[in-house]
Amino acid sequence: MSTSATTPALRKTPLNAVHRQMGAKMVDFGGWDMPVEYSGLIAEHMAVRNGVGLFDVSHMGDIQLRGPQSLAAIQHLCMNDASKLEVGQAQYSAMLYPQGTFVDDVIVHKLSDNDYLIVINAGTREKDYSWVKTNAQKFHCHVSDYSDYYTQLAIQGPKAAETLQKLTKVDLSTIKFYHFKWGTVCGLPNTLIARTGYTGEDGFEIYIPSDETTSKRVWDEVLEAGKEFGILPCGLGARNTLRLESALSLYGHEISETINVFEAGLDRFCKLEKGPFIGSEALKQVQTSGGPTRKLVGLEMVDRGIARDDYGVFNESGVQIGTVVSGSPAPFLKKNIALAFIPQDYSALDRQLFVQVRNSMVKAKMVPIPFYRRPKKQS
Amino acid sequence: MAYPANYRYTREHEWIEIDGKTGKIGITDYAQDSLGDIVFVESPKVGTAVKKGEVFGSVESVKAVSDLYSPITGTVTEINEELASAPEKINTAAHESWIMKVELSDPAEVETLLSAADYEKFIAEESGH
Repeated sequence: MSTSATTPALRKTPLNAVHRQMGAKMVDFGGWDMPVEYSGLIAEHMAVRNGVGLFDVSHMGDIQLRGPQSLAAIQHLCMNDASKLEVGQAQYSAMLYPQGTFVDDVIVHKLSDNDYLIVINAGTREKDYSWVKTNAQKFHCHVSDYSDYYTQLAIQGPKAAETLQKLTKVDLSTIKFYHFKWGTVCGLPNTLIARTGYTGEDGFEIYIPSDETTSKRVWDEVLEAGKEFGILPCGLGARNTLRLESALSLYGHEISETINVFEAGLDRFCKLEKGPFIGSEALKQVQTSGGPTRKLVGLEMVDRGIARDDYGVFNESGVQIGTVVSGSPAPFLKKNIALAFIPQDYSALDRQLFVQVRNSMVKAKMVPIPFYRRPKKQS
Repeated sequence: MAYPANYRYTREHEWIEIDGKTGKIGITDYAQDSLGDIVFVESPKVGTAVKKGEVFGSVESVKAVSDLYSPITGTVTEINEELASAPEKINTAAHESWIMKVELSDPAEVETLLSAADYEKFIAEESGH
């Protein structure tokens, strides 16, 4: 509860007044004044899993690379293989430091052969933009920060498509997962509609003009369109429990400047075979010198107790072998789950694991991740 | 939200309802609202000695853990078993969802606690920042 006069004012998205009007509980997230919950974390989480939820994710950043060597710049900066993208396709990727650890995780969108959009985290906006500008310098391309240009809304859940379909003539069934199209949404022409998200459910992210009037109008129209499906505005609290159930990484937890790609278990998004990129040499070294020494695993609490961020993970002899990086009750699964780093060679098959929850050692077990996978569509 | 006039309160957001030498203790509506959806209550065992101002258990919501401080000194005589299976009752009815009953060893301690009016003033200042 600090009210120091020297702390800078929190940054606000264009929907800040709307969130406050709706009675949202607000929190400082990476320097942003963001809604953490409106009606309640569990209700919001369940709305996304069972129907549809709406998130203001405008705090995230957008960097555009344009020019004949924009692909080459992306290939140098990001670990996934962007040359495999078709126009209208996106991929999960990451920018790495030379030592193979994370600058940030990103989603790379191919807008055209000479035009790419990278969506980045809120807390790392300035760092990422600087990083891209510096490292793209030697390529014939232009780097622009479009972060304040867009209000970004995430509409997520099994009823997200039906909700958004009411607001656009673009046939959403023609947009595949991790693809995007441009179309008129809520009367706004050339709106980017991407089938991406951070919840483990089907859903869309739309990028609309960032003036407050337009932002509020679209926000209200989405809530109206989703009413019959029980739509709820959702805050960062539910955003975190949803992504945790789906074992999606959060910067500063599962990925950071001290965690490498293999430790984080993100090998499948890292294409060393595409040719050198920032961090590739260090990663090859890790491979040839015996691999990572720790691994990210999923834990489920066996006895009563909730594992939380930074709690220690112990073996049966009371020796600490690792740390929880993200832990919380899982509202949909109704279990207490966690992601933790433990030694690479630790096998739970014949050994017990414990999490220190304040003064007690509470039994936990390793479980496969993701903890939750959305059901396959019938059609 | 009306804070029952016959209860007493602490600055750590516990309430106590006195009935002779027994006190029923819970957390206030302000506390449950700050915590969010409550998922777990850690209560002491019957027979445990509790001391005024010291931690006797904890309440956990999805996003946070909060220690519980005893308003008075005494011995735990009963625990609200309902909260083991339905901790969310604290969210919907904080002032009816008692966590433990304590036999007071020093009833004079009650006089040092906040009245409902004082507590309401206290939380108005707290949330005014």
